[in-house]
Amino acid sequence: MRTHIVIALAASLAGGQALAVDPPSCAVPDNLLFMDNTLTRVTAAVSKERRLAAVVLGTGSSTLTGVDGPNQAYPARLGQALGQMLPNVAVRVASRTQGGQTADIMRRSMKDLLSDEKPNLVIWQTGTVDAIRRVEVDEFRVALETGVESLHAAGADVILMNMQYSPRTESMIAVAPYGDEMRAVAEQRGVPLFDRFAIMRYWADEGAFDFYAAGRNNDLALRVHDCLGRALASLIVGAGHLQAFVNKSGR
Amino acid sequence: MHAPVVTTGRDLRLDLFRGIALWLIYLDHIPSNVVSWITIRNFGFSDATEIFIFISGFTAAFVYGRAMRERGLVVSGARIMRRAWQIYVAHIFLFAIYMAEISYVATSFDNPLYAEEMNILDFLKQPDVTIVQAMLLKFKPVNMDVLPLYIILLLWFPPILWLLQRGPTLALGASLALYVATWYFGWNLPAYPDGNWVFNPFAWQLLFVFGAWCALGGARRLAPILQSNLTLALAVLYLGFAFVIALSWYLPEQAIVPHSLEHLIYPIDKTNLDVLRFAHFLALAILTVRFVPRTWPMLNSPLLYPAILCGQHSLEVFCLGVFLAFAGHFALVEISGAFWMQVVISVLGIVAMIGTAALVTWYKSLEGRGPGSRKKPPDADVAGAEA
Repeated sequence: MRTHIVIALAASLAGGQALAVDPPSCAVPDNLLFMDNTLTRVTAAVSKERRLAAVVLGTGSSTLTGVDGPNQAYPARLGQALGQMLPNVAVRVASRTQGGQTADIMRRSMKDLLSDEKPNLVIWQTGTVDAIRRVEVDEFRVALETGVESLHAAGADVILMNMQYSPRTESMIAVAPYGDEMRAVAEQRGVPLFDRFAIMRYWADEGAFDFYAAGRNNDLALRVHDCLGRALASLIVGAGHLQAFVNKSGR
Repeated sequence: MHAPVVTTGRDLRLDLFRGIALWLIYLDHIPSNVVSWITIRNFGFSDATEIFIFISGFTAAFVYGRAMRERGLVVSGARIMRRAWQIYVAHIFLFAIYMAEISYVATSFDNPLYAEEMNILDFLKQPDVTIVQAMLLKFKPVNMDVLPLYIILLLWFPPILWLLQRGPTLALGASLALYVATWYFGWNLPAYPDGNWVFNPFAWQLLFVFGAWCALGGARRLAPILQSNLTLALAVLYLGFAFVIALSWYLPEQAIVPHSLEHLIYPIDKTNLDVLRFAHFLALAILTVRFVPRTWPMLNSPLLYPAILCGQHSLEVFCLGVFLAFAGHFALVEISGAFWMQVVISVLGIVAMIGTAALVTWYKSLEGRGPGSRKKPPDADVAGAEA
């Protein structure tokens, strides 16, 4: 019910023309996006080599189904957004995603990832599978810490990405303790946290998206992933101090 | 509504604070509930679970201790086992409700954005495994960890109680030794599909046994310490410290807590009843016994009666609370998640808990077991003396 009212309102307020150019705004306020933590390795690689090799290490929520899924999921959207923002930088965003992986399983796969991709930035999306399987919070934190350490040791910056905001499953999946650990580890290790949960929550509160919507319609997922990719690109530019490389005319 | 309160020598403060703890647990169990901001977990280390387990230990010792003195180990042990069985049945009933909710969501809601989250439904694909694991108390859905803990605590309570009556210090020492060994060796019970129990019974037993120890004369022995101003000052200082730390969780941009201190105190381990949590509960308890005396006139006021009533029927009210938290979240998702709706759901839930407690009192009075009746000797099943 609410969906329809919100959309109708948005349409009547925005007018057809604006809507066609700009889908419902999914801008993210700076205080939700940025922390003090910076991406020094990214800064160095971009300023010295004009190169940014990023990898998304994630699970099911970093992917979309369908033939065109890989091109529509946020890792690909991130690559495109970064490419537009940083035209003079060789940007590559690889996606290493596999469903059902706990943080600990992903940590074990990092060695291969590092030797295959030689990234200077890894966006590590995790937490949901651990919350579903109710992995011990202690073990989850240890996996995060050792994972971040080994990525840093290999010369890659890290962005931690937490769970999606999923109102329907909130009473079945207790994500909060895992989100708390991710925030704590991010603060202790000085890595940026892409607070996907808070950002999606903010979008829901602002009426940008209706996450209660049921049904197999892919439209919501496509738009959310596009917005996530662009927000993530802003975070990388901000935390990597890459403003000097941003294409002014395109923004 | 305001019935005469039982006066079997029972400390009404126990019922009052257990009732309040049950309300707080309910509020905390509704996801993204604005009203849960008022619950104590946001102001320090411990939460309502500590209160609930401590008071449950206290009342269990109070009730079954008397039975053990009067009727012996076998009879009191048998009653404790019956209680454990009732709680087990209640837990399985809650599990059935959880299954109903999750199955509904599985069939009615299938958005590609949440394909990953829907993996929570995987256990529906292999009910042969998960239902058996649930009955073995290994598979426990979210918010359904307290009752299994309670069952385990009751199962080994008869020998503990026996020991508490003969050598209380020894019993408490044994409990503490088990707690320390648990931390040292990392003991816990296995859970399904991964990991261990969310409330480690080997650690949480300390709070339960401590409650029982207090009920059997320990509180009297502690009285000089509890009444000292130094104790009070330490408790207030510690609560203040915990409050500042808790504040830092919500103001992450302000660096209130130095990194060295963070290293020292984190993680605050709920699973294994962190010492910081235990101490926080102790400090709260010290303040409470100091400022809320047993003879506090308010304990007989109609204002506090609803909470006392809920505390006297803790099993029924706890189970209802878990169910209402599911139902409340469901209403927030399906109808509206607005601020006012969260307040309405919170208030309605507590009203339902009070109504149910009143109903249970009425049923028990029909059976001649209620507070108004003296037909049966007061025992474990008297409404006002329920463990």
